[in-house]
Amino acid sequence: MSEPPSKFPSRRRFVQGLSLIPVVAVLGSCGSRSGNATGTDAAHKPYEPRFFTASEWAFIVAICDRLIPADEIGPGAVELGVPEFLDRHMQTPYASGAIWYMQGPFLEAAPEFGYQGRLALRDILRVGIAEMDAHCHKAFGGKSFAQLTAAEQESLLEAAQAGSLQFDNISSKAFFSYLLGEVRNGYFADPAYGGNKGMGSWKMIGYPGARADYMDWVTVRDKPYPLPPVDLAGKRG
Amino acid sequence: MATVRPKVDAVIVGMGWTGAIMAKELTDAGLSVVALERGADRDTQPDFAYPKVADELEGSVHRKFLQSLSQETVTLRHSPAEVAVPYRQIGSFKPGTGVGGAGTHWSGCHFRALPEDFKLRSNVEKRYGRRFIPDGMTIADFPVSYEDLEPHFDHFEYVCGTSGKAGVINGVIQDGGNPFEGSRQREFALPPNPNYLGAEQFYVGARNMGWHPYPIPASNASRPYVNPYGCQMGPCNFCGFCSDYGCINYSKASPNICILPVLRQRKEFELRANAHVQKVNLDADGKRATGVVYLDGQGREIEQPADLVLLCAFSLYNVHLMLLSGIGSPYDPKTGLGTVGRNYSYQNLNRVTLFFDKSVQANAFIGNGGAGTTMDDLNGNQLDAGKAGFVGGGIIWARQPGAGPVRGISVPRGTPNWGTKWKRAITDSFRHSFYFEVQGACMSYRQNYLSLDPTYRDGFGRPLLRMTFDWNQNEIKASQFLVSKAQEMSRTLNPVSMIGDAKKDGSHYDTTQYQSTHTCGGAIMGSDPKTSALNRYLQSWDVPNVFAIGANAFPQNNGYNPTGMVGALGYWSAKAIRERYLKNPGPLV
Repeated sequence: MSEPPSKFPSRRRFVQGLSLIPVVAVLGSCGSRSGNATGTDAAHKPYEPRFFTASEWAFIVAICDRLIPADEIGPGAVELGVPEFLDRHMQTPYASGAIWYMQGPFLEAAPEFGYQGRLALRDILRVGIAEMDAHCHKAFGGKSFAQLTAAEQESLLEAAQAGSLQFDNISSKAFFSYLLGEVRNGYFADPAYGGNKGMGSWKMIGYPGARADYMDWVTVRDKPYPLPPVDLAGKRG
Repeated sequence: MATVRPKVDAVIVGMGWTGAIMAKELTDAGLSVVALERGADRDTQPDFAYPKVADELEGSVHRKFLQSLSQETVTLRHSPAEVAVPYRQIGSFKPGTGVGGAGTHWSGCHFRALPEDFKLRSNVEKRYGRRFIPDGMTIADFPVSYEDLEPHFDHFEYVCGTSGKAGVINGVIQDGGNPFEGSRQREFALPPNPNYLGAEQFYVGARNMGWHPYPIPASNASRPYVNPYGCQMGPCNFCGFCSDYGCINYSKASPNICILPVLRQRKEFELRANAHVQKVNLDADGKRATGVVYLDGQGREIEQPADLVLLCAFSLYNVHLMLLSGIGSPYDPKTGLGTVGRNYSYQNLNRVTLFFDKSVQANAFIGNGGAGTTMDDLNGNQLDAGKAGFVGGGIIWARQPGAGPVRGISVPRGTPNWGTKWKRAITDSFRHSFYFEVQGACMSYRQNYLSLDPTYRDGFGRPLLRMTFDWNQNEIKASQFLVSKAQEMSRTLNPVSMIGDAKKDGSHYDTTQYQSTHTCGGAIMGSDPKTSALNRYLQSWDVPNVFAIGANAFPQNNGYNPTGMVGALGYWSAKAIRERYLKNPGPLV
C-alpha cells in the first residue's frame, strides 16, 4: 500500500485483501439484521466505495475504528456503517461546498473566524488523508496510517487534534475537526444515510430518533422513557 | 435592461414576520402589495411535514431551513483596524431564507421589552449618573415608549397564540407571572405549556435564590387556537425539532401559518418567491424611492415600481440594501458621522449545563423551542448596575428546544472528544442532563458597526455587508456576573457536575460557535436624524417613502429575544402608514 495510486490493486482485490476487522464487522452487523427477516443478498455484500480510493478507504475504516471503537458501551463506527456514510456523504452537494461561501481571497485569520481555506469539505478530507498518510510513510518506514498499531494511530490523532502535525495543504487541526464531525454525523444520523445501521447508536444513548411526539411524556419524572427508536423509514429499533 | 412590471402601491422586500405583518395591514387598507422573497415559497405541507423534518442531518448539518451562504453572506472582523474575512460557514448566527424567513426556524420565545428598556440611556444616567456610561458606548433611548407599543405587543401575541402567564394586568400584579413586566391589557392568548424537568427545576433553583420565576412567553401553542385572523394552530407535542426546524404541527407561530393563509386569498396581494431584490431605485435627487430591482428565478432583471418601499428582510440585509441603494449616509466610526450601519449590537449568551445521575430523567430529546422558565430579577431596574459594574441586565432561563446526537451531546469537563471515554460520557449524559442559559443585553459602541466590504462580493457582484464587532469589557463583566448567578442557582439543585462558559477577560467574539441570531441595529430608529437612520415610525429620515422594519431599528439590544418587539414595531409602523402617511405621503416627523 506504499505504491503510488496508479499501482494500487483493483478495488475488488483490495476489498478481499482487506479482510481486516472492518469487513468482518460489517458482515457481522448485516448478519444480525437478517435475523430480523429484512436481510437480502444485497445487504450481505460489503459496501464498495465510490468516492474514496482504496487507500483512502483503508484510512477511513481505520480512523472510524479509532474514533468510535466497538466496546462494552455500544457498537463501533465501522460496524454501524460510518465508512459507507462518509463515502456517500462526500458525494452530496453539501460536501462540495453548496452552503459555504467559497469565494476568495483566502486570508489567514484568527481562529474565531473559522476555516478560511479554499477547500470544500470533501477536499478537506481527501487532502488531509493524503497528508496524514504521507506523514506516516515518512515517520513509520513506509507504512500507511491504516497499517499502524492502534496505539500509534491514537497518538497521531491526538497530535492532529492539537494541531501539532505540520501538513502543507490543510491544518491538521482543521482536518481532524471536520473528520471527527463527519464520523459523528455518520454514527448518529438516520440510517437512511448509510451509517447508524439498525439505529445502533440511538439505542446506545436512548435516543428515540424520529418519534417526534412526546406530549404524553413531558411531565413524567419517575421512569425512563420506554419506547425504542424509530427511523425516517418508519422502522422500529 | 430590466423588464418593468406594472406599478403597485407598495413593494415589500422579504416575506418573514415583518413582511407578512406589513402586507396584511396594507392590504387591509386597500393597497395593492407585491412581496418579493429571495428564497423559495414554503408551507407546512409539504416543506415541514413529518417525517422529513425529523432529520438532524438535513436540519442541523445541511441547514435545510437556513440561508445558504454560498451566494450571500457577511464579512467579519473584531475592530476597524483589521481586514474582514467572510462568514463562510454558519456559526454564531443563523439567518433564514424563503417564505416565512427566520420566522419558520425560530424557537418561539416571545417577550415584550421592559418599559425601562425603551429609555435605556436616560434611565441609566438618572440612576447611576452620566459618567457611569463608558466612553464609546453609544446606547440611546428608543423614540417610542412601552405604552406606545402595548396595543401592538398585545395584538402580535394574539396573532401568534403566545402561551404564557401575565405578571401585571392593568397595573395589578398577578400570581405566577413576571411581577416586573410592563402592564398588559389582558392575559396571554393561551396558558403556559407544561414544564419539562429542567423548567420545573428552574422554579426550585430560582426560589432558592429568592427570585421570581415565571413561564417564558412562548409562541408555541399550548392548546388548539384560532387567531384573530381566523388562522388555526394546534397544540405543541414537544417533538424536539424546533429551533432550526420548521414546525410539523401548526404549533410554532410563523408567518406561514398565522398570517399568510389570509394573505394568499387576497387579490390585492401578490407573493413572488425566488425574487432577489438587488437594490432600491431612487429618483434623480435621491429623496424618493421609485421601486426596486430584483432578479427573478431565471436571473432576469425586473424592475418593480411602487409608491412605498418596505424593507422587511432580515435585519442585516435591510442595512445591506440601504447601504447599496444610497438610502441615508454610511456611518463612519472615525468621525462618528453618518447614520446607516451605526449601533450594531448582538446578544450576550452563555450556557450552564447540569449533569445528573441515571435516576434523573431529563430526556433532552423532548423539546419545545419557546417554552420554559425564566426570571427578571437581574434584568432592567431589578439589576443594581452600580453594584454589578455594568450597563444592561439579562435573564437566566431553562429552555429545551429538543436535542439529538447530531446536534451534539454535552459532556462533563475533561471528557475526551472521541474513543471509549467519550462514548461512556455521552451515554451517561444524554438523558440525564439539562441546561440553563444566560441571555444578556448587548450595548452598542462607536466601533461596532456595519458597512460595505471593500473586497468580498456576493454571487451577484455586490459588495458583501461587513460586520465589525467584538465584546467590550461591559459585556464580558455582564457575562461573568450573570453566569456566576446561574451557577450559584444551579448548585442548589445538587447536580453531579456542571459546565459553564462565562466570557473570559480579553476574549473575542467567536463567530464559529452558535450563540444567537439576535443581530440588532445598523439602521436604528431615533429622534435625531444625525444619529439615527429611521424616525420613530421606522421611516427613513432621508427617503421618506422607505420604511425599514426589523431588529435593525434597535439602538441596542436588551436581555430578551427580539421577535416580540420586532412584530410590535411592525404593527406600530403600519398604523402610522395607514392613519397618517397615506393621507399625506411625506416625512411623519
